[in-house]
Amino acid sequence: MDPLSTVFAVALSGIATLLTLYFASQAQDTIFFVHMIIFALAAGLFTIYLARKCDFSREQMATPQGDDPGSYQGTYSDGIVRLGVIATIFWGIVGFTVGVVIAFQLAFPALNFDLPFTNFGRLRPLHTSAVIFAFGGNALIATSLYIVQRTCRVRLAFEPLAWFVFWGYQLFIVLAATGYLMGSTQAKEYAEPEWYVDLWLTVVWVAYLLVFMMTLMRRKEPHIYVANWFFLSFIVTVAMLHVVNGLALPVSPFGSHSYAAFSGVQSALVQWWYGHNAVGFFLTAGFLGMMYYFIPKQANRPVYSYRLSIIHFWSLIFLYIWAGPHHLHYTALPDWAQTLGMVFSVMLWMPSWGGMINGLMTLSGAWDKLRTDPILRMLVASVAFYGMSTFEGPLMSIRSVNGLSHYTDWTIGHVHSGALGWNALISFGAIYYLAPKLWSRREMYSLRLINWHFWIATLGIVIYAASMWVSGITQGLMWREYNADGFLVYSFAETVLILHPFYVMRAVGGLMFLFGAWIMAYNVWRTIRGERRVDQPVSEVITVGA
Amino acid sequence: MDLYTELRQFADSWGLLYMMLIFIVVLFFVFRPGSKSYYEHQARIPLDEETSPDDKK
Repeated sequence: MDPLSTVFAVALSGIATLLTLYFASQAQDTIFFVHMIIFALAAGLFTIYLARKCDFSREQMATPQGDDPGSYQGTYSDGIVRLGVIATIFWGIVGFTVGVVIAFQLAFPALNFDLPFTNFGRLRPLHTSAVIFAFGGNALIATSLYIVQRTCRVRLAFEPLAWFVFWGYQLFIVLAATGYLMGSTQAKEYAEPEWYVDLWLTVVWVAYLLVFMMTLMRRKEPHIYVANWFFLSFIVTVAMLHVVNGLALPVSPFGSHSYAAFSGVQSALVQWWYGHNAVGFFLTAGFLGMMYYFIPKQANRPVYSYRLSIIHFWSLIFLYIWAGPHHLHYTALPDWAQTLGMVFSVMLWMPSWGGMINGLMTLSGAWDKLRTDPILRMLVASVAFYGMSTFEGPLMSIRSVNGLSHYTDWTIGHVHSGALGWNALISFGAIYYLAPKLWSRREMYSLRLINWHFWIATLGIVIYAASMWVSGITQGLMWREYNADGFLVYSFAETVLILHPFYVMRAVGGLMFLFGAWIMAYNVWRTIRGERRVDQPVSEVITVGA
Repeated sequence: MDLYTELRQFADSWGLLYMMLIFIVVLFFVFRPGSKSYYEHQARIPLDEETSPDDKK
């Protein structure tokens, strides 16, 4: 940035610091006070950082350093991607750890410790937001900014703004996480943060959209590669979903509480229009962007069919947006809307499997690489899990199946086969692909450790999903068991008692998955330090075993 | 007729038709004659990075 805009930025963030301190002084509740202090700390640190960067020497003042598109003939801006990879690993481990804790809490309720901060009800949104938005969101921001530069052959537009997106997003995560622990929620699933945190995320997200779109507009490559289509649709749709679902009226400008703009069944529909499209565009479209870049790169082959990828894109976004009502079967929502949600969910089989086939068939003629390349194996397994969970999802959206599955652990199992199998595995694959490139190393520290990570994580997912299938269907069948006189056969406590072994199994599966993430963190750390482990090649070991 | 019913009927008639038409146009456009090599070039975008600024270091 040139000195004048730095001065402008210093003034702006200085004002923000004072303003948030004023808001803190007027705070009507503890949550709002703590959050405004966090805001003020972040803005204050940012002001000091910027002020120290001010350089009024004659040379600095004379040379213009604007974002002239023609001047980007240097390297790509990867500093932000490096930080993004580290943030992804960090938040991943935090999110998985909280997940393991709450899994053990369900099996052994004494672990709630009778404290408000460690209660399952507060830790559960901490877990979901940490894995979806902190781990997944950082993975998406880092990979999208890496991919858009490579496939457009141009450096990032508005680089300082891109840094603002990264740090602003971390601030959002910290505000959301501390809010959950203090019991702040607007009671909307996957959108729990209160109005002022929502507003902050909106600012950050619009900046993200600007950076991404301007980079696309300055591209040197005439075509926009399909991965960028998926990323752009993810950014635009999430902005729309977040704004509409977050519409709320604060009780006071100095308090943390607010009331949603919609009420009753409208509120429920808006919530699940948001909730399911968070799955569809955050956890699907964005991660498909990763698939369409990293699988061709790692296999060193172009995507199986580019035409299929375009049809995949349009059919996915045309269908997904209507699928939300399947979360509201047998509710006050009109029957036609429930049916519409169900029909569109079932139709989603087509683009989902079209995309899966496209990803898997990219390997046709190169299947042997799966034997020697654990990174590729991880990417391919993630696409296989994508296929499995997008087969299961439409099945569960059928009203009569939903009558059995809804509110049971089957849903939890389904979500985790998608989130751990698809989202996390493809992010791990992307991290293993990116780490050596970002820190200019020839290879990862150890390929064998990647292999270990792959098997421990996959086994953990299988244990998790299988135990939740059994427990979910058991639960569903017990809830609906009537005797000849029309009375329920089982009390709720009886269903809880019988599920105990499956809850322990699930916690063990989660623990294995967490252990795998620690292996990855270790492997990436040694890679960054520039070390190489002397490994037996992966292929030879397999041949000896066979 | 109230607004809700009007909007609903518009959505499941003209709205549906409009969306279907766009989708069909996309299908025909993607499979138009001569598009194969056009798309094969685009599929190679991530693999052909020799023109990237990285190499001009």
